[in-house]
Amino acid sequence: MQPGRKFILKVKVMEAVSKECGIINRISGPVVGVSGLEEVRLHDMVWVGDAKLVGEVIRMSGTQATIQVYEETSGLKIGEPIWGTGHPLIAHLGPGLMGQIFDGLQRPLNKLAEVEGNFLQRGVSENSLSQDKKWQFTPLVKEGDHVQAGNILGEVPETQSIMHRILVPPNLTGRIVEVKAGDLTIAEPIVIIEDDQRKINTINMEQIWPVRTPRPYKRRLDLAEPLVTGKRVIDMFFPIPKGGSAIIPGGFGTGKTVIQQSLARWSDVDVVVYVGCGERGNEMAEVLMELPELEDRVKGIPLINRTVLIANTSNMPVAAREASIYLGITIAEYYRDMGYDVLMLADSTSRWGEALREVSGRLEEIPGEEGYPAYLSSRLAEFYERAGHVDCLGNGEDKPYAGHREGSVSLVGAVSPPGGDFSDPITQSSMRITGVFWALDYELSRKRHFPAINWIKSFSLVDLSRWFGDNIEEDFPKLVQEAKSILGRENELLQVVQLIGQEALSDMEREILNISKLLREDFLQQSSIQDIDAFSSLEKSYWMLKVILEYHKKTQEALAAGIELNAITNLPVLQRIARMKEIDVEKAVPELKRLIGKIDDDLTSLISNWETENA
Amino acid sequence: MPEKLLNTKLATKEYRTLSQIKGPLVFVERVADVAYDEMVQIIDPDGNPRVGRVLEIDGDMAIIQMFLGTEGLDISRTGVRFSGDVVRLKVSPSMLGRILNGMGEPIDGGPDIVPEKLEDINGSPINPAVRNEPKEFIQTGVSTIDGLNSLARGQKLPIFSGSGLPGNELAAQIASQARVLSDEKKGDEPFAVVFAAIGITHRESSFFIEHFRSSGALDRTVVFLNHADDPTIERIMTPRAALTTAEYLAYTHDLHVLVILTDMTNYCEALRELSVAREELPGRRGYPGYMYSDLASLYERAGRIKGKKGSVTQLILLSMPDDDITHPIPDLTGYITEGQIVLGRGLHQKGVFPPVDVLPSLSRLMKEAIGKGHTREDHQSVADQIYSFYAEGRELEKLVAIIGEASLTEQDQRILNFSKRFEQEFINQGTENRSIEQTLALAWELLSMFPKEYLKRIPEDMIEKYYKG
Repeated sequence: MQPGRKFILKVKVMEAVSKECGIINRISGPVVGVSGLEEVRLHDMVWVGDAKLVGEVIRMSGTQATIQVYEETSGLKIGEPIWGTGHPLIAHLGPGLMGQIFDGLQRPLNKLAEVEGNFLQRGVSENSLSQDKKWQFTPLVKEGDHVQAGNILGEVPETQSIMHRILVPPNLTGRIVEVKAGDLTIAEPIVIIEDDQRKINTINMEQIWPVRTPRPYKRRLDLAEPLVTGKRVIDMFFPIPKGGSAIIPGGFGTGKTVIQQSLARWSDVDVVVYVGCGERGNEMAEVLMELPELEDRVKGIPLINRTVLIANTSNMPVAAREASIYLGITIAEYYRDMGYDVLMLADSTSRWGEALREVSGRLEEIPGEEGYPAYLSSRLAEFYERAGHVDCLGNGEDKPYAGHREGSVSLVGAVSPPGGDFSDPITQSSMRITGVFWALDYELSRKRHFPAINWIKSFSLVDLSRWFGDNIEEDFPKLVQEAKSILGRENELLQVVQLIGQEALSDMEREILNISKLLREDFLQQSSIQDIDAFSSLEKSYWMLKVILEYHKKTQEALAAGIELNAITNLPVLQRIARMKEIDVEKAVPELKRLIGKIDDDLTSLISNWETENA
Repeated sequence: MPEKLLNTKLATKEYRTLSQIKGPLVFVERVADVAYDEMVQIIDPDGNPRVGRVLEIDGDMAIIQMFLGTEGLDISRTGVRFSGDVVRLKVSPSMLGRILNGMGEPIDGGPDIVPEKLEDINGSPINPAVRNEPKEFIQTGVSTIDGLNSLARGQKLPIFSGSGLPGNELAAQIASQARVLSDEKKGDEPFAVVFAAIGITHRESSFFIEHFRSSGALDRTVVFLNHADDPTIERIMTPRAALTTAEYLAYTHDLHVLVILTDMTNYCEALRELSVAREELPGRRGYPGYMYSDLASLYERAGRIKGKKGSVTQLILLSMPDDDITHPIPDLTGYITEGQIVLGRGLHQKGVFPPVDVLPSLSRLMKEAIGKGHTREDHQSVADQIYSFYAEGRELEKLVAIIGEASLTEQDQRILNFSKRFEQEFINQGTENRSIEQTLALAWELLSMFPKEYLKRIPEDMIEKYYKG
């Protein structure tokens, strides 16, 4: 992988020199035609018109070009100029990202609110990262060290939970000539490197990267460890590995956003990048207000310290929705390269697809399925393939700045199919690429069965059973399989019941219905609101499942002995199973083990009593 | 005359270079210095002005969208003037108590509106970082909403109605009963209603106006009327004019504004008509591909802003064509709004009013607006428990229709009875105005039909406190 090398050096030269390079001759919504184009390359970022709106060159023909404008184009006139910036759309990376909220073009929304008031204006450009704030930089390199791309130049405590590592930019190799330490701004030089061509490179803490180019790594690693989300149905039934990708499709009101928010809150990752793409402003407000108050479950540090928010709400310019997704994944990769496990949440990828469709329509391209452009699925594939578990660049040597580092980016994309119909092109294309599919079900959400993840339609193609077997309990995979097949059996039996009623079923069959009800209501259903239930550790989840299946086993034994089902279900122990969720995570394992003991005792004595009576 | 309320700073230069008139669109050639989205005045052959806006510019040709139709225009004698500015609405608190047309001109025979300010009708997006989370519970007096799908200040909540269902009646009832619980402590907070009638019949609009008049709210209401027989394209403007007024009243004059938009189905049809005239690629059912973004640009204008006293709450009415909730209009609306109240034809036929079908209904902001300190600690779990039983009850009803009640267990029988009483007593409240306490008391009365151990969704301590044994 060698992208980026030329680019990094080129940007340094060109950034200051934006020059006039064309004249507007057509305006149609966010799409602008330009004539007399010079010295601009495809996908270069440009400034459009006197208001200097941000745009990107998306098509060229002779000296004519088409530009997608990322801001509202009202008031733009024919004949206004276009300026080239000489580089593609970029992300600004460095200390100060954490806890921030950006729009899709990485403008800091808090800062904008101070500068321009409550409503977003156009063309106002603020630095993405604070240029004045001093960061405490502790170098890990010294003069004379020979460093290569990805080596850690030094560390900056960015927040309580994140140690920000400043890396040698990708594809730069050379000798350290000078090192600084202490309180510095991101614009000040921290290290000077003389590269192999004897060229001097000044490195500061702010680096830039083109958002559409994946950041390089050494190699991909296997996906072997689960990302623990605290949601039983996900962790036990359809787990996502660290470095994997998943989609959550569902009609409106099926709980996509609630699941995303609870993933942001409870997942065992180091960094969360939350992209609100074409969604509701009030929901972003909710996330923003909650994060500083909510604490990390393990470390007790407010979650805002590990979260980057990107908000491009549905009423903000359409084209910037696409940019927001790429910006998010670039920031995620940047932290991955430091050796962190990163989770990126995109809510909702359908809005991004619709933005592609809108722009494609204005370009008068021949539409594919449902009016989406033919390149929809390749775009989605490029995006989801940026997830992964990797061996980071510049590690693996026995030096303080080159120690072993693995990082991962896990991607979870919400999909909003029209009418909740999963045959829509975005759901179908995403499904083919991602290995994990959490299908949200309208019927379940109507019954307030949350998370409304349908256990028949969902899947996880990644086999993590070995990890679970090794790290939790040996029979973990077997248990899950048994639970799934009981639920599958329920589905068949219910069809019979629909036709001829419960009476037609045997006690054994009715027992299956009872157990699957327990599985659904007392295991799969999980509140995101009540704190006691919102997070379930793998151990608690495992033992909860074990309780239900243990009860199942003993009930089957009792039935086989000839006891009537009603006599068994009348045992008070059943009520205790229904209250398992309310057990504190910390105390769960011993308590649930005791409950299993109680089930064993109660049912065994029921059987023996019955046997003595009928002897 | 449109220019009474809309900005009329017009250039003196008048073009007479029309090349084409097509549906609501006018094509003008050989123009210079035209800005995208700017307001245009077209002078018809009789010398009367009409308002339009620039939709597209290609070289020296501009495409103009006319709000009040193109009838009577011609190629040679029609003149075009460009304003150099976007379409702006004259806003002022003196609009309260007035009846205006869909473009914002008075049609109540009263004097012209003296503007305090000229506002861009498209507004600007609220910076997400300054939004304040809606968490103040609004008591609407309707049990199915207050108890199960609570509304919060700054929320946008649509009512999905259907032809012949009483969506308007429910909206009017909410508008006149809605109040914030803490009002008793703070005294009456200043409120206003902005009512936008979009393509509705004269009968429907007079129902609303009469309702506002009889409840004494008319003086606090701004009415925008675009009737079914008014120009279609004006409907594109009506909700924008209403929301611009609402934002001005809320953020400049500190009022809590409730905006009622009815019927958004007519708005979407106007949008489709315009899209077809522009020969755009149609999306689902002929509606334009950008309808999501367009609707979002309206609905997202609800909210609260940090440091501002006022708020904009939206109550949106739409008719689901053929009661189909997957139709693009309710579908896209549901993806943008914070929940939905769905009316059910089955309940309506049973004579239940308001016929709110609670199962597909939802309020996304409920959990923030209720509970301890807002309504009552048991509110959420009571709602969850009711949902769970009622959903099961509806399933059982279907089952009973096939196999009869004989095979039901005791618990099934209880659930079935609960469902029936829930529909007849809880949902079917008529025009009674119930406080949240009354709603929750009724809920507990119904839940107490079950033995305590069946109330799995409710924490034990709350069962002890509220169960009516």
